[in-house]
Parts: sequence; structure tokens; C-alpha cells
Amino acid sequence: MEPTAEIIPDQPRKIPLPVLGAQARAARRFDLFFTKATLLAGWGTVALLAWIALQIGYQAWPAFVQYHFGFLFSQTWDTENDVYGALPFIYGTLVSSALALLIATPLGVAIAIFLTEDYLPSSVQDFFKFTVELLAAIPSVIYGLWGWAVIIPITNILGNWLNAHFGWCPLFSTPASGPCFLPASFVLAIMVLPTIAALARTALKATPVATKEGALALGATRWEVIRQISLPMASTGIAGAVVLALGRAMGETMALAMLIGNKNQISASLFAPANTIASLLANSFGEATGPQVAALMYLSFILMFLTLAINAAAEWVLDYTGASKRHV
Amino acid sequence: MNLSRFYAPLLAVGVVAIFAAVPVQSAGAQTTLNASGATFPAPLYNRWFVEYNKLHPDIQVNYQGVGSGQGIKDFTAGLTDFGASDAAMNDKELAAVTNGGVVLLPMTAGSIVISYNLPGVTAPIQLPREVYPAIFEGIITKWSDPKIAAANPGVAIPDLPITVASRADGSGTTFNFSSHLAAISPDFATKLGKPGKQVSFPGVAGKGNAGVAALIKLTPGTIGYVEYGYAKSNGLPMATLQNKAGKFVAPTPDSGAAALASVELPANLRVFITDPAGDGSYPIVTYTWWLVHAKYDKDGEAATIKALATWCLTDGQKLSDSLGYLPLPPAVVTKVQAAAATIQ
Repeated sequence: MEPTAEIIPDQPRKIPLPVLGAQARAARRFDLFFTKATLLAGWGTVALLAWIALQIGYQAWPAFVQYHFGFLFSQTWDTENDVYGALPFIYGTLVSSALALLIATPLGVAIAIFLTEDYLPSSVQDFFKFTVELLAAIPSVIYGLWGWAVIIPITNILGNWLNAHFGWCPLFSTPASGPCFLPASFVLAIMVLPTIAALARTALKATPVATKEGALALGATRWEVIRQISLPMASTGIAGAVVLALGRAMGETMALAMLIGNKNQISASLFAPANTIASLLANSFGEATGPQVAALMYLSFILMFLTLAINAAAEWVLDYTGASKRHV
Repeated sequence: MNLSRFYAPLLAVGVVAIFAAVPVQSAGAQTTLNASGATFPAPLYNRWFVEYNKLHPDIQVNYQGVGSGQGIKDFTAGLTDFGASDAAMNDKELAAVTNGGVVLLPMTAGSIVISYNLPGVTAPIQLPREVYPAIFEGIITKWSDPKIAAANPGVAIPDLPITVASRADGSGTTFNFSSHLAAISPDFATKLGKPGKQVSFPGVAGKGNAGVAALIKLTPGTIGYVEYGYAKSNGLPMATLQNKAGKFVAPTPDSGAAALASVELPANLRVFITDPAGDGSYPIVTYTWWLVHAKYDKDGEAATIKALATWCLTDGQKLSDSLGYLPLPPAVVTKVQAAAATIQ
């Protein structure tokens, strides 16, 4: 390292400069321009985010003044009398996303383990990795159609059976209404699966081979290595993956608008229709006027705040794992 | 390199030729009218404007079915030359239009039907006057309800839970449907509040007529409301409803026309037929309106719109039936034409 640093100091480079004259100056001007342009683009992104937040905040202001934080806890959504409350939508958004993570997390981590332990030759691993990542490339509306045509008929049968036999349980207290929580969350789970699988795989890949080999040499089984070494060491990375997936799930619109039933209510049943913030916005914005627009903007602001906070948290957790990785 | 140098002038000539050709095509004295609004009559309006353009190639109307509420907003903001709405405009909305006032023109009408998914039931079911509001209010929740069975003797209605399908978006169809239910059912106010463009019916909701129709087809036991034209062109079953006179009436062009004829249009041409009288009247029908300025600043624009409206009210009405809309009764056409003639 050190000798090279001495051989090529800054001085020798400066010598040809007078020779190339105009060309070099042009190149340097271009460099300067390029630096400024990238700086502008960088700050432009920050400014854009701030502008969007300000614009939504500005339009939401009338609703905020009228309802304050009571908006978050009120259940009424009455467009005729212009009385608005956000609780059913916040509830629907959080519950559908949480259910989706409940399904997607074990699956995603299992996929990640399967693809990092050497169960398979690496070419086959690549094939599986590619396929899982392809799930992220399918448009939302296709997921919605698939959920509609394939999943809902299944959850209808399941829901009616569970309601008939276990109706005493609040989770199954209503017959299946077609579009409802369960199919929506199931499809949402598949949509966030690539996020969890890919990031968990990266985290598991980063666990040091030496530690694992050491444990194997001491007589640990492969299962013990996965459970006691790989998973604990990758846990922060996996947690980051889950939080990032939560952010994705909460903002998802099209598939949920098709699958959740768009009913403004709070019900514990998995087979009752509900509504999410994103889906409400997509459905009602076109016809909204006056105070309803302000209320919808207030909801947009809440959704944006929640997803930004969650994504920031995920970035922080993932950065933190990155840092801990370097220390090892 | 050489090749591209050789082709570059050719390419340039080609591009210039294309751009030069475009203005030649649209060089005639074209008048373009922009309009937006209700989705319900959009198929008919678009057909009208295509046919009108064939007769008058210099006049082109761009109609966007963006929904009644958005149509009113666009019209009020001056983004469109005329608007369209299933709920006309209320007094507050009329007051918001600044330059010279608004003329409301009923241009066509339609029925709203109750459609359902009942496997094995082939003939239209009959729904009495006290039953169908109770279904949409969530009071009757099972198809096995004795009141439904009593109205349909000899029909094996499957024992299913009832899922109500309604509109998730604000809609003139919901406005007219809920206004009718509120007019005939004393429970409506306590169960669902005020009738309007968005009503929180029990059950599930979908966007547009297509969304509701898809929900009905998806789950057995679902019942919902869609426009007659939409139900007809998609082969959805339509319930026979009991009208004010106590008769069961199927939704047909004739029963719809009878309902329209039962109500006199007021001077401002804004009337909502919430519960039509007469033995042959289908109970849920509605006019749908054009929103037109009383005064137009641009030269000739008023004349163009007047001529267009006159054609739609006369020859245009002949297209209504085939698309599932109700041709306006002759007495109504006369009144609307008189109103259109006042545009300046």
C-alpha cells in the first residue's frame, strides 16, 4: 500500500496539464459541472419530498384544524354530513399489513435459509433466487386479479366452514363476504415476500463462514448451526427486512382495493370486509369535494408519515447491521 | 459512421415530411368541445358524439366519463365547455358557477336494477317494497328469510347469507338508488343516515358498475345495484320490484318510460323521481343532465352546443334504447329543447 502511494503522488499528474491546456480545462469544467449537477439532483430529491409533504399538509390543514388528533380515533366517514374519522382505515391498513407479514416472514426467512445453506448447487440456487425476485416484478393489478379469481373462491369456502364450526371465535365470527381481510393479506404477503427473502438472504450470507465451520467442527448439526449461529447473527438484518416489507405493504393500493372489500368498518373477523387508507384514497378521490378532500389529504398525510417513518426505521436497522458486519 | 452520415439527411427529410403532413390533416375549421362528467350515460354520449361527428365532420366532442362530482368540478372551474351529472347540481354548486348561470338539460334517463347471484334460480326473483330496502339496510341478512320466500312461491331460493355489494366510489347511481330507498323505507335514516353519493351500505364495495357487477358474480348470495344498461349488456339477472301502486314490475324500456311520464318536470328541469306512481312504472329511474352555461363568450360556441343538444334530443334519442337507456318522453323533449334554446 504505502509504496504505491509514494510513487503516484499528486505532483506528476499536474505536469502534463499545461501541455493539454484547453482540453484539460474543458474536462475540468465538465467535472465541475457534473459535480454541481449531481449535487442539484441530490438536493432536488430532498426538496421534492419536502414539497410533497408540504403540499399534502397544506391541503390537509382544514381537516386538521377541524378534527385535530381526534380524527385518528373517530370511526365515522359520512360524506353527506361531512363528518370524517380515520380509525377504520388506519386499523385496516395496520391489520392487513401485519397479517401479511405474519404469513410472509416465516416463508421469506425459510426461503433465505434454503438459498444460503448449501443444500443446492449454486446454479440451482441462482434459479430459485431469480424466481423469487421475479415475484417483485409482477404488477399489482395482476396480483389483484389472481387473488380475485383464485384466492377468494378458496377463502370463501374456508371462511364459511370456519364460521359454521368455529363461529364463537371472534376471528371467524362472520361468514366470508368474498373480498375481505384474509385474501387481501395473503396476496399482500406474496407481494412482500421477495423483499423479505432477498434482504434476509443478504443478511444470512453475511454471517462469517469461520464461525459456522467452527461450530460444525465442534460437532453441531446443521440445524443447530442455523438456529444458534446463522439466525441470531442475521437477526437485525432480518428485522430490517421485515420492517421494510411492512412499509411496502402499507402503501400497496391496487391489489388491496380489489381484494379487501372497501367497507369502512372495524371487525375482528378475518372474513369481514375492511378498508385501507390507500384503497380509500384510490376509490374516493375522483368524486370528492370540499371538506372530503381535506379529510382524504389528512389521511394521505398519515399514510405518508407512517410509511416514511417505517422506511427510515428499516434503513436505520439495515445500516446498523451493515456496521456490525464490518466489525466482525 | 459513413452510413449514418448518408442516412441522416434522409431521416431529416422524413421527419420534416411527417410533421408537415400532420397540420394538413387537421387544417379544416375544426371545432372541438370538451366535456366531462357522469360515467352512467358515457356509453350513450360517446355514441352520440361519434354519430354527430359523422354528420358534422368539423365538430368533435371529447367526453370523459370521470364521474358526476368531477364533471361538476371541471365545469365550475371552466375546464370544460359543458359538464354532465347524474345528480344535476345542487343549489350550492349552482351558486359556485360565476359567469352567467347554468342551464340544466336532462338528456337521457335510465333505470337502476337490483341484481343478484343465486345459483339455480333462473326466473327473476320478486322483491316486495318492504323487503329490498331491508336487505340493503342490513335488516334481512339471509336468503332463507320468510318474507323473501313468501314473495317467491315455488322458487327454490338457496339458503345463503346475503352479501350486499355497493359502490366504493362516490356515484350518481348510489345517489339515486339511496334516494329511492330513503323515500320508501322509514328505517333508512336510522340505519344508513342521509341518502347521497356515498352511503355506507353493509357488505362489500367495488369501484364503478363493473366493480359491483364483478362482486355480484364472484360470491353466491351477493346482491347489488347497477344500471340497467350495464346489467342488460352483461346478462346479469334483474329482480322484479314492487312499485308504489303495489304491482311487481320488471325493468324494461317501457316500465322506465312509464315512470318518467309519471312526473312533471319543473321549470329548472331538476327533478328526482324517488318513487313514481302508476301501475306500470318501474320504481327506480333517474334523469341525467348536461350542465351548460347560460352564456358563452366564444363566437359560435353557443350555436354549436345548441345544435348538438337539439340533435341529441331528437335523432340521438333513437339510439338510447339499443344501449339500455330510456328515450325521453316527447313532452320532456319539448321542454328541454325550449331550455336549450335560451343558451346565448
